[in-house]
Amino acid sequence: MATLSPTIERPKAHSTTTLSKQRAGLFFVLPSVLFMAVFFMVPAVMALWVSLHNWPLFGPHKFIGLTNYTNLLKDPQFWGSLGFTTFYAVIVTPPIFLLGFGMALLANSGLRGVRFFRTAFFLPNVISFGAVCLMWYFMLNDQIGIINVTLRRLSLLHSSLIWLANYNTAMFAIIILVVWKAAGGTMLLLLIGLQAIPHDLYQAASVDGADSWDQLRFITLPLLKRTFALALVLSVTGSYLAFDQFYILTQGGPQGRTITMVYWIVKNAFISFKVGYATAISMVLLLILVVLNAGQLYLLRDSE
Amino acid sequence: MAVLPKQQEQWTRRKNARYLRLGLIYFVAVVLAAWFLFPIGWSLITSVKPASEINANPPTLLPAHLTAQNYTNLNKVGSGIVRYTSNSVLTALYTIVGTVLLSTLAGYGFARFGFQGKNVLFILVLAPLMIPFQAIMIPLFLVLRTLHLNNTLLGLAMVYITAQLPFGIFIMRNVFATVPRDIEEAALIDGCSPLRMLYRVMLPLVMPGIVTIGLFAFFNSWNELFAALIYLTDSDKYTLPLLLATARTNPGLFGGTNWGGLQASVTISMVPCLLIFIFLQRYYVSGLTGGAVK
Repeated sequence: MATLSPTIERPKAHSTTTLSKQRAGLFFVLPSVLFMAVFFMVPAVMALWVSLHNWPLFGPHKFIGLTNYTNLLKDPQFWGSLGFTTFYAVIVTPPIFLLGFGMALLANSGLRGVRFFRTAFFLPNVISFGAVCLMWYFMLNDQIGIINVTLRRLSLLHSSLIWLANYNTAMFAIIILVVWKAAGGTMLLLLIGLQAIPHDLYQAASVDGADSWDQLRFITLPLLKRTFALALVLSVTGSYLAFDQFYILTQGGPQGRTITMVYWIVKNAFISFKVGYATAISMVLLLILVVLNAGQLYLLRDSE
Repeated sequence: MAVLPKQQEQWTRRKNARYLRLGLIYFVAVVLAAWFLFPIGWSLITSVKPASEINANPPTLLPAHLTAQNYTNLNKVGSGIVRYTSNSVLTALYTIVGTVLLSTLAGYGFARFGFQGKNVLFILVLAPLMIPFQAIMIPLFLVLRTLHLNNTLLGLAMVYITAQLPFGIFIMRNVFATVPRDIEEAALIDGCSPLRMLYRVMLPLVMPGIVTIGLFAFFNSWNELFAALIYLTDSDKYTLPLLLATARTNPGLFGGTNWGGLQASVTISMVPCLLIFIFLQRYYVSGLTGGAVK
């Protein structure tokens, strides 16, 4: 019988080490889980709860069921902000993608000095919207702004243009600014996708007589689909959450025509103190984003 | 054998076409680079120009006289630029330290240990990747108010840390997973405790991952406006992005239109980001590829 004891002891010893290993793992993960619970899960669950209340920023709140949501559907300003945000997302995404893709191809071309160009294209991406907006606010100034001065010099403008005072020119300026800031980010994502495509594929294709246009169409674009999907989701989500540039540059104007959904949420919560109503809008925004992202991922899924 | 003139002509034509194409690509690249760099340079230049040159019509392209006046005057803006900058530095430090510490621990736990509920917890900590923070900002404000953390830089940093954690944990888990297991097994035989192992054996090996998540934590806390706007109410607690936004919404703060001062604060806010990106860009790229450093 004595010969058996080691075989009995061994699994026992083994199980105690895995047990202590298990506890150690939980101990390592716990601080993050706790953080996430307090600052994310609790507010996420609360959001749903708050949106069912008449909840002022200060003072007592009252349960009102779905009233916030039904009021929302009747609120023209809600539809206005939803429409404007959608319009903005639709209009700003194509130039970011076209430019980003073009720059990614350029940065992937093995050109001399490509590192410099890549860095230059990406730099605006690491600057805050606050700084970017004030930088462009100065350049857009009607009297001494370099844009107006140059346009006047080239006789493209006869009198000063107050860019931010008119809806069309303000939107144009903001789109230029956002493309300037964001295109580099899309470039970098697409560039990483491009560099993951095996080089032999292009070599084989060119042996078979495919020109660079064929290669782009039949190798690059299909293999870049997943990266495109990721970049598109990030870009559209970012556009739907747009706030900084409109808060700083146009301040929602002219005539309150550039108020995005997030801006409208902030106004309701911290200017009108309608916390419950504002939270209901956030829930709708969340739903829109989930549907949009799922849709984009579905459309750009791998066919196999 | 001599090359036929016709063939030679064809070669030179093909060569010319290639040069033409290359020239065209370079032209486009240079124009684009100029477009991306000009506004940054214009801000830097304006920040060291005297007001007379900034307001001249047309303005001088390069400053005839250099001045630091725009920067020194920022001390008279609100609580002074030093205060706002240190608010930003402090918030960024809290965010970086908190993100690195929590993500490293959790990344190690998720990569190397098997415990009950691991998969559920992993999904839980990654959930914010799918739910944007803007959607829970208001209830989060109520939570912070209950904990007396609203209107404090520490509370703001906690929001930033929470926002950074999913990315940080994801990256660190990947980085830990690439470390060969034999290294740990050797240390285990020597009777090393898990925490000691993490600190002594693993930490040097996962340093690139730590730099990557620290870098993203810095950019996101240094540049963030929305949460700062909502959670900070005392103007002497403002971070730089909030100061910049206020410069536009409340120009009185800068003593009316003060272009030099505005561009000086733009410069103070952006230069750290530009330098850090230029020197550490491979870690930034590694963050986008899930933690692999080439």
